[in-house]
Amino acid sequence: MSAPVLPETAAVYWRPRIDAGRLRRRGRGWTVSTFAHTIPFLATAVLLIALEPLSFPVAAIAVVHAWGIPALYANRGANVVRPRPRAAPAPERTALGLLGDLLAHDARDLHARTGLAPERGRLGVWLVAEAGALLVRAGGRRVDCWCVKVEGDLPSADRTAHLLLALREDEEGFATVANLAFSGAPWRLRRRLPAPMRPALAAARALADQPSPGDQVRPTPWPT
Amino acid sequence: MARLIRMDQNGHTTLAEWTVGDTAATDAAVAAFSAQLAAGYYAVVSTGEGHAEQVRALPERAELVVLRRPIAGG
Repeated sequence: MSAPVLPETAAVYWRPRIDAGRLRRRGRGWTVSTFAHTIPFLATAVLLIALEPLSFPVAAIAVVHAWGIPALYANRGANVVRPRPRAAPAPERTALGLLGDLLAHDARDLHARTGLAPERGRLGVWLVAEAGALLVRAGGRRVDCWCVKVEGDLPSADRTAHLLLALREDEEGFATVANLAFSGAPWRLRRRLPAPMRPALAAARALADQPSPGDQVRPTPWPT
Repeated sequence: MARLIRMDQNGHTTLAEWTVGDTAATDAAVAAFSAQLAAGYYAVVSTGEGHAEQVRALPERAELVVLRRPIAGG
């Protein structure tokens, strides 16, 4: 029997299907890209100071660039989970009820506190928001930020439920359809996340650090 | 009683309810199901914690069938 494939992957047929190996390679690409953005500016700053100490203002600008460009990428990653404008209270309540039915007790509690719905998958631990998701890889040392959404006028919790169901249907297909906005160390992302969401990232990292039980369905409690 | 719901701007809307053996209600649910699929919705049933499955025919014994819209990269 073949594994289920998310139908939306047909719309991005040119993309290779994401798997753990491809994800690792993309992560390494992001690391190389970060160094490529940072090292030339730092080298320029060092060279300027070495050649002419009075050029320190220009060297300082180069250092700011070396720090700022990776920070902008991390900010772009955090943007995928920032809350969007809410619908009217009644539809939001109804949608939240359905989302709550889809989540286990601990996950529901984490979502209520942080706005992010946790989901453990084979690629890592996901934190699903209304217009994107974070994936904390096994070991908790890298996080990927995925921009993915559902079109139309929907309550916030329904948007999250859409993404959660699609993720549960086909995790690798979900990552294939989504656009990777950032990949890097969790500490880089954490500073850019809205403060209420930070505990969810910490909880996901703690869970991602635990041995994965593979495909086994397990009611692992979410760290608080 | 099984339910067919569609996630929409109201939170969700119940389109059909049926019980196994109730032919009229099941037929109505199948008709509603087919109409929504034709309109571009995908039907999903939960298959245990952390798992869901897309279905292309109404699973009469499922407790809840959820209709969702397609997702796309942002």
